[in-house]
Amino acid sequence: MKTLPVFKRQKPAVISPAKTKDANYSSQWRLIYLKFKKHKLARISLVILAVLYTVALFAQFIAPYGLQSYDSKYVNAPPMGLHFIDADGKFHFKPFVYGLKSERDPETMRKMFVADTENRYPIQFFVRGEEYKFLGLIPTSLHLLGVEEPGRIFLLGTDGMGRDMFSRIVLGSQVSLSIPLVGVGISFVIGLFLGGISGYFGGWMDSVIQRIIEIIRSFPTLPLWMALSAAIPPRIPVVTMYLYIVIIFAFIGWTDLARVVRGKFISLKNEDYVVAAKIAGVSDGKIIVKHLLPGFISYLVVATTLAIPGMILAETAMSFLGLGIRSPATSWGVLLQEAQKIENVALYPWKLFPLGIVILTVLTYNFLGDGLRDAADPYKK
Amino acid sequence: MTKKILNVENINKYFQVKSKKALFRKPASVHVLNDISFELLEGETLSIVGESGCGKTTLGRCLVRGMDASSGNVYYHTEDGQQIDFLKLKGKHSKQYRRNIQMIFQDPYSSLSPRMSVFDIIAEPLIANFKLSKSEVEQKVMEIAEKTGLNVNYLQRYPHAFSGGQRQRIAIARALIMRPRLIVCDEAVSALDVSIQAQIINLLKDLQEQFQITYIFISHDLSIVQNISDRVAVMHLGKIVELATTESLFSSPKHPYTEALMSAVPQPDPELKKSRIILEGEMPNPANPPSGCHFHPRCAYKTEKCVQQAPELRQVADNHFTACHYAEELNLQGVQDETASAI
Repeated sequence: MKTLPVFKRQKPAVISPAKTKDANYSSQWRLIYLKFKKHKLARISLVILAVLYTVALFAQFIAPYGLQSYDSKYVNAPPMGLHFIDADGKFHFKPFVYGLKSERDPETMRKMFVADTENRYPIQFFVRGEEYKFLGLIPTSLHLLGVEEPGRIFLLGTDGMGRDMFSRIVLGSQVSLSIPLVGVGISFVIGLFLGGISGYFGGWMDSVIQRIIEIIRSFPTLPLWMALSAAIPPRIPVVTMYLYIVIIFAFIGWTDLARVVRGKFISLKNEDYVVAAKIAGVSDGKIIVKHLLPGFISYLVVATTLAIPGMILAETAMSFLGLGIRSPATSWGVLLQEAQKIENVALYPWKLFPLGIVILTVLTYNFLGDGLRDAADPYKK
Repeated sequence: MTKKILNVENINKYFQVKSKKALFRKPASVHVLNDISFELLEGETLSIVGESGCGKTTLGRCLVRGMDASSGNVYYHTEDGQQIDFLKLKGKHSKQYRRNIQMIFQDPYSSLSPRMSVFDIIAEPLIANFKLSKSEVEQKVMEIAEKTGLNVNYLQRYPHAFSGGQRQRIAIARALIMRPRLIVCDEAVSALDVSIQAQIINLLKDLQEQFQITYIFISHDLSIVQNISDRVAVMHLGKIVELATTESLFSSPKHPYTEALMSAVPQPDPELKKSRIILEGEMPNPANPPSGCHFHPRCAYKTEKCVQQAPELRQVADNHFTACHYAEELNLQGVQDETASAI
């Protein structure tokens, strides 16, 4: 029988990680990144989400009006169009909006707004408006855009109290986009901890935790929300209310993640390479950190991403029912409360704009999650 | 007379089974390893053969403590003649002696972490057991990589970049880096194709000569077993039914089950007419084993005694143990042409 050819050592081996594009030298994370980059829909979603979150971060600056401001002269005003060409056919380099005239419909006698082509208000950038604190720290009154007094700019119309919809959607995104993140973050920690205990130790602890999860999951969600939000005192600062609501979501949300974590722990615990490490004398702590966690962290990222849209919808639903955030604080769900009246939907359809934003956000999160899942799946080409 | 390295005494392993009706009942248990005892000599290769589900892998894992045996003892003999109760080692001593017994797994795809580079995989046991400087680790890894025929330039790659045979070399390098005295090879070549099998087996043999390694070679491939081992243990339903030197076992098996296994060894010579013994039925359910000799439902030679009474493993010839009531009376067929089936 022939003996094996022994590979000749060609040059001193390089121990520093090779910085090449060769996939053979790529770590798991790099492979995931490379695959993710090929997923077009997920990439677009990531950009859209980045835009949405940037807007949320600078909401007070971007919104022309503040949370408290309203104008009873302009109740249920329709969205204003941005114009470049005026009624006389003259082109203006700066876009402008027309003022609003209120008229009565000759048939229904309903009050309605028409564009007042006499009054042109060119849009101005970096205007002084209401006072606010930039990023919650620096007091300023600078706004991204606005028009000169006495003009008003309602890009997406106004609601039943004469508040600018665009401003409120932008301001509401702060709550609607951050509650899911914080909620998922908290449930991530609880889920990782309890799911980890459940999966790694097994036995009676596993049984107890699993039964608790089953009990929590068997509650009907709506009555549970109602019960929990009834426990929130009615007159408390917005920040505290926000905190309570996040806790409610985390309380329900951790169960899913705990199950994912438990399943992964159980399946990885018996992988050959984990057993091999154990035989080689690697300590338990090191096995968890070096073998188990890296083994399922990518799945966790995916599970978390896919859990966020659920929370966005839950927050919207809760606020829609008046159980979540309450006025004057706002979120997309609060804005949609007005759409509860059929009159509003029929006559002032622009009040459904927040719905479009909710759908957009949920879809982008789902696409992002899909992309991540495909990228993290080593068996998918 | 060579030294003993391992003394396995009365290893038992039960697995608890959840039955559908068992909500309030005591869970049933399956007796997977039934009083396994054998001795292992330094430098030898002991093969463990048997059909799927007979407990080969469980035995291997219990020996390296990848799994805890339900009862029984394993005594490890150190180089200076000390005898150590291997299964009850704890803490510092545990590390000191456990590194002497390593394992190579069946599936080279699942036994290497996909998230570590090959260098890190091979170095991991070293770092876990010894306090070494970076350059020392590096040097040892290089050394072992060359010994196992791995290209040292590829060590920074990840396992997904390697073929099955190369991955098994990585697994061997990882097992070998601590210079163990005993390696349990759990079906170490059965996931590889035949030409690669030969390479890996030659590698294992070379390494055995170089480092005086003892192997426990778990396999279901009798041709390989015949080629590589000094002694063979045949397992059936959690029991060793026959234990003998390779030559003696293959030329004159003393247990009907071994005979049936032998008859399944493929013969390369088409002229050679051979009656193949086909065992009826499947392996008995280990949760509910048959009475008496566990092999009797499928045995062609069974008598009333076999149904009633379980045979003990006893010596029937020099270095030949078997668990059959009629070992002396039966004239069983072994493999006729010994060299013909060698790979």
